[in-house]
Amino acid sequence: MVDDKTVRALEAKAVEIRRSILNMVYRANSGHVGGSLGATDLVVALYYHLLRHDPRNPKWPDRDRFILSKGHCSPVIYAVLADCGYFPVTDLETFRRPGSHLQGHPFAPKTPGIEASTGTLGLGISTGLGMALAAKLRGEPQRYYILCGDGEIQEGQAWEAAMFASKYRLDKVIAFVDRNYLQTDGNTEDIMPLEPLAAKWEAFGWRTFEIDGHDFRQIIAAVECARALQGKPTMIVARTVKGRGVSFMENEVAWHGTPPSPEQYERAIEELSRAI
Amino acid sequence: MQFKRTRQGYADALIELARANPRILVLDSDVAKATKTCDFAEVLPDRFFNCGVQEGNMMSVAAGLAIEGFIPFATTFAMFASTRAADQVRNSIAYPKVNVKIGATHGGISTGGDGASHQCNEDIAIMRSFPNMTVLVPGDYEEARLATCAAAAWKGPVYLRFGRGQYPVMEEIHGGFEIGKAKLLRPGNDLAIVSTGIMVSEALAAATELEKQGVAARVIHMPTVKPLDGDVLLAAARETRGIVTAEEHSIIGGLGEAVAAFVAQTHPAFVRRVGVHDVFGESGRADELLTLYGLRAANIVEQALQILDTAVAV
Repeated sequence: MVDDKTVRALEAKAVEIRRSILNMVYRANSGHVGGSLGATDLVVALYYHLLRHDPRNPKWPDRDRFILSKGHCSPVIYAVLADCGYFPVTDLETFRRPGSHLQGHPFAPKTPGIEASTGTLGLGISTGLGMALAAKLRGEPQRYYILCGDGEIQEGQAWEAAMFASKYRLDKVIAFVDRNYLQTDGNTEDIMPLEPLAAKWEAFGWRTFEIDGHDFRQIIAAVECARALQGKPTMIVARTVKGRGVSFMENEVAWHGTPPSPEQYERAIEELSRAI
Repeated sequence: MQFKRTRQGYADALIELARANPRILVLDSDVAKATKTCDFAEVLPDRFFNCGVQEGNMMSVAAGLAIEGFIPFATTFAMFASTRAADQVRNSIAYPKVNVKIGATHGGISTGGDGASHQCNEDIAIMRSFPNMTVLVPGDYEEARLATCAAAAWKGPVYLRFGRGQYPVMEEIHGGFEIGKAKLLRPGNDLAIVSTGIMVSEALAAATELEKQGVAARVIHMPTVKPLDGDVLLAAARETRGIVTAEEHSIIGGLGEAVAAFVAQTHPAFVRRVGVHDVFGESGRADELLTLYGLRAANIVEQALQILDTAVAV
């Protein structure tokens, strides 16, 4: 359970992170703004409430791990890691620039706090499972939180991973599908239908929850519930709105990988300022 | 001549390594009986993970295990490791330079009866094109064992390539294995034969044949295709009239092209390549196919004599 004050603090933090995402993508004139805005509440709930982590000690062995399998949404994790203090906030100005540690898609060897390199879809889920298997072999306590895109789940490898996690009973894995129904070329159900998505994961031996991915109470409740259960990996299907927080970006597939113009940027920042 | 399986050398080394080092794990993709990791599974079942027919997932899972400090040996056929799972090997393993070892058996045309779908003649080309990847192609059982041990001690991704068949035991290449170091098997200054993998026996046979014709061929065995042993190649380019490369792989992108590119930039010399000539294979016995696709001592001799003719004409 989570009190009102905590929820309000998380909501305020999410607005800050969304501004940071917009600044980063606008400055770079490149990057995936829609999915990053849509996943912000999930990542904020994890880093500011649910994860055991210590920005001053990024390699603390018992820390919980977060793997952004939908690596194109790097702006959201970079904004959060910088805000937590893993690296200077000014580094965000170098996003997607030569010499920067902030690559277009997360690259673990360079960026403090990034646990696994991701980018080509489907791979991050399996990598997260390998990490979780390692922890299981050693009897370590930490959990592995994996954020996947819904378009990403069309990859065959996602279902290979689904079988693998189930076979090895990786119950320290708590994964999310960022279910915004949009992928690069359109609606997921037109491009390659995913439904019934939760039932598919259930059939593969996972425990599932379906939640509103913008409702902090629901996100936290689902994760706390998943933590209490054993024997199976968990998939939380989190319904989200791509572009969440900026009215003209919401549910618009065009904002998958397009940076805003100066006018659009101003408008977006103004909307987010009002939200604070 | 004694014959043994290179893949058995891999499997035997894994047991040896894992007994000494608790960080060693073995993954396979439902081909454990063929790759011989079934032996490992029997001895150390808790350290063996059969991923089923999921080569892509296996590679990324191996990356995750390595990120957390294990040394996983992800095992499958060369075809599946290099073509099916190329994305995962590139992006999960090579790019972040994680400490995964890829054990690929059934490389090359000697895979035999399964036909072209399973005869991987492209894996060396694919793997050496990935930054951070080390590529080892041992020549016989004992060298396969030594190469596997060397790979375990190496920091970073390694691709180990083994064959399916029984290959001649070559005393000449035993006694040690250092990644990046070629083995000079026979002196000679008329020309040099540079071989990798199982072609070492054909290279030595070719040198014997050339000797009968009054040609002194230097034989260099190069079980590390990447990084190349530049010193040995430079000396061969300087001191002989040309180089014949021999590999059980396509002439595109493999040892031959690596050697040609190296000497072209350091000390231009004639290079002729013995390998599979840009064609797919077919079903047959290994010995039939090696002959049919031009991977014999006679083919090396032919290329060697052509170099000598050309070099004289120039």
